[in-house]
Amino acid sequence: MTNADYAAVIGLEVHCQLGTRTKLFCGCRNTFGEPPNTHVCPVCSGQPGALPVLNEAAVRLAVRAALAVEGTIRATSDFDRKNYFYCDLPKGYQITQFDAPYCQGGGVRLASGRTVRLRRIHLEEDAGKAIHDRGDATLVDLNRAGVPLIEAVTEADLQTADEAHEFLTALKEMLRFAGVSDCDMEKGSLRCDVNVSLHRPGEPWGTKVELKNLNSFRFVRDSLEHEIARQSGLLERGAGHEIRQETRLWDADRAETRVMRSKEDADDYRYFPEPDLPALVIPATLIEAERAALPELPAAKRARYTETLGLSAYDADLLSSDPVVAHLFEAALETAASPKSLANLIANEVVPALAEPAVRARAEHGHPVAPADLARVTREVESGAIHANGGRRVLELLVRGDERDVDRILQEEHLLLVTDEAALERWCRQALVGREDVAREVRAGKTKAIGALMGAVMKASHGQAAPERVRALLQRMIDESEA
Amino acid sequence: MSLSQLARALADGTRSARSTVQATLASCERANPRLAAFQALAATDALACAERLDAALAAGAEPGPLAGVPFATKANLCIAERETNCGSALLAGYRPPYTATAVERLVAAGAIPIGTTNMDEFGMGSSGENTCYGIARNPWDLGRTPGGSSSGSAVSVAAGLVPFALGSDTGGSVRQPAALSGVFGLKPSYGAVSRYGLVAFASSLDVVGVLAAEATDLATLLAVLAGPDPLDATTVRIEGPGNEADRELDGLVVGVARETFGPGLDPRVEARTNEALAALERAGCVLREVSLPLAGQAVPIYYVIATGEASSNLARYDGVRYGRRVQGDDPSLDAMFEATRAAGFGDEVKRRILLGTYVLSAGYAQHWYTKALRARRRLVHEFDAAFREVDVLLGPTTPTPAFHLGERVDDPLAMYACDHLTVPASLAGLPAVSAPVGTVDDPAGGATLPVGLQWVGPRGSDARLCALVAAADRLGAPFTSALAPEVSA
Repeated sequence: MTNADYAAVIGLEVHCQLGTRTKLFCGCRNTFGEPPNTHVCPVCSGQPGALPVLNEAAVRLAVRAALAVEGTIRATSDFDRKNYFYCDLPKGYQITQFDAPYCQGGGVRLASGRTVRLRRIHLEEDAGKAIHDRGDATLVDLNRAGVPLIEAVTEADLQTADEAHEFLTALKEMLRFAGVSDCDMEKGSLRCDVNVSLHRPGEPWGTKVELKNLNSFRFVRDSLEHEIARQSGLLERGAGHEIRQETRLWDADRAETRVMRSKEDADDYRYFPEPDLPALVIPATLIEAERAALPELPAAKRARYTETLGLSAYDADLLSSDPVVAHLFEAALETAASPKSLANLIANEVVPALAEPAVRARAEHGHPVAPADLARVTREVESGAIHANGGRRVLELLVRGDERDVDRILQEEHLLLVTDEAALERWCRQALVGREDVAREVRAGKTKAIGALMGAVMKASHGQAAPERVRALLQRMIDESEA
Repeated sequence: MSLSQLARALADGTRSARSTVQATLASCERANPRLAAFQALAATDALACAERLDAALAAGAEPGPLAGVPFATKANLCIAERETNCGSALLAGYRPPYTATAVERLVAAGAIPIGTTNMDEFGMGSSGENTCYGIARNPWDLGRTPGGSSSGSAVSVAAGLVPFALGSDTGGSVRQPAALSGVFGLKPSYGAVSRYGLVAFASSLDVVGVLAAEATDLATLLAVLAGPDPLDATTVRIEGPGNEADRELDGLVVGVARETFGPGLDPRVEARTNEALAALERAGCVLREVSLPLAGQAVPIYYVIATGEASSNLARYDGVRYGRRVQGDDPSLDAMFEATRAAGFGDEVKRRILLGTYVLSAGYAQHWYTKALRARRRLVHEFDAAFREVDVLLGPTTPTPAFHLGERVDDPLAMYACDHLTVPASLAGLPAVSAPVGTVDDPAGGATLPVGLQWVGPRGSDARLCALVAAADRLGAPFTSALAPEVSA
């Protein structure tokens, strides 16, 4: 029997912090990376007698997430308490939704056309952070305590590690475009747990194992591949090598999973209705307002970019995978330039630069480069006024915060191409001197040989000669010299 | 001096807030060694507060309705930077960073908090004995309980030390001590008064209530305390007192539930209750018998729900952020939680956490917690049906007068059973008042003990209920309240 005989059954639980200004149940700022315990109050630090009050902005973003995945929003849902002890959980319980989540159903379409169904999405509060690596003491930071989260739970519709990766990528893009969250796994604003079991098609599902500590989509894929191999290995060895129902942690350094706890140790969370909060009533007017405000989602953008703008699938994917990029593209497109040239410049200069933290940080508050400048550079490249490399150079500077305007950059960086006929002729004539050999080859039909002459012209002009003009001019001069 | 007299004296300048507070503090200090009403007096803060008020009034500020009136607060109502220990060793020294909305509203109306009162730990008890800080004594007989859990608050009013005190009522913790101590006790409708800053025992039942020396003070205090609070999502706006006719006894339809006259009712208490009902009938009330079958099951329903919620509400006392932390030899986090809670909580609190953890546990919740919630909803429907027939429900507040300290501490079931007349209104979230209806003599000789009559109205009818209680009080005997002889003598 081989691995191929087993099929994996995979389900995901995705936690996503909502990008609200304040926390879910108090007025503290929802921030990341601030000094510990600087955004806490009686409510989120669990002081005796303090009470939660629901943040409507969080409900709006949660509704938006539900609309993005086309889930069904309940008019009335309930909050529950999930009870457990841990030092980062100030109240000794988490306020969540258990029996009646605010959203049920919905799904995400994969490239294969298959839809991964969502079972539910619920609204809940985040816990604080326990820090264990500072000597003997455990330190607790409550800045994160009470930050709003949604948890989306899929049906066990996924079959491979790659599919899980694709699903997560698609879900993340949707949530980012919908303005629900920045979905930054490094900041923990997106987190994922995995459930996986194996079975032979047609037979009942096998024993389920939960995987945790998956801090990137790559870890999700790697851990799933490893876990599927581990489980199929156990199944092949047969009796005495049963798969146990347990939670395993992914160790990325060792590239393996190890047991965190078995089912027998599983907590009893003693869920019960949260008495401090009334039912969560989501009026139809709120849903409709959010629906109207819902930005175009990646799948729709992709379709529009290929069908209406005529872009390649590759370009369309690239432009619609990051809201910053898509918004820039669309804003620049308004002031003309061909979509294709614009896409090229963005792909070559803007997308790579956004990987730099400083560039990304500036992009949080607007465009990484003024759309009008980007459009202008695209037009100049198209018209031949500047070379493609020159266009890239201008953008490279602008994206990194160069404050000069485009004209000054073009001048001071010597990027404007020389199109003056007399100057071009002079350079070309000089280049032809003593190169009758090349002229002969060109006349013999080896047009590529002209490159050698062009190199000389570009050198003489410090790269500012408009190359297409030079090529045409050289061709004409060679043709004429024969006559 | 009544609350309104005090406030008037202050407003017309015949008395200063400072002299009032000074006199109050002096009598509290004199009485407290015998009565143990207070855990702590806040003399410095109270005097400073009084001086600020006097200065403001001298500068022409409009006096609030409670200007210069000193009051006591139960130790489970947060006051910023003042020890709020809920009667628990675990919270010894805990000073909250904020003040409860109820306290803030009273202070904004000119009242001056002068000290925190003894109570059963986290409000869990009916005798005031479940605490490490001091067991309050009934001024009518120092060997008896004043009731609980708002024991010290009841004593502070019954002994004439303050015109009113704040308490909290989860299953009767304002009404029962009011009855046993001979004062008025108002448990507002659930949600009428903000719980923000009231340390939670059972969140779906807890209400901030008042104990007061005079019937007319209830309405005054309710008007200051009630109203929606943006910090408590469960608050609601209650009705006003209604028109003149709504506040008259003549024509009032009074329901008497058969279930409140069951076995276990002390015949002397029954006699006082019947006298009160007869007096009301003479005043024009129409008595009508009603039935609330589930009210007979209220104690088990209540103890399942209240302990379930308590097990969750008290989980935050883990030694991490505040309160006394105990770390034994085992350095682990779990061991710290266990040692802290084992050392910090008293027996009754532990008993209820265990019970509550059990009723919410997987596999048991369906039999206990969920079933209790269903029964609670049915009880609410029974009350709804009753209030379609009658305006108010009347009956005894407690089955017996004050019992002896130590008498029931080792018998939790007997202790729980004495809540059976007060928990139905708690489960249904209804407003209820306990009002004094005379006294009974202890057959063993000696003590004269007060008896309370409980008034229960439809949800939100708090203001009307207070007006009706005041109207009955104006009838005179048997609606007579008197300060405890031990102190007034």
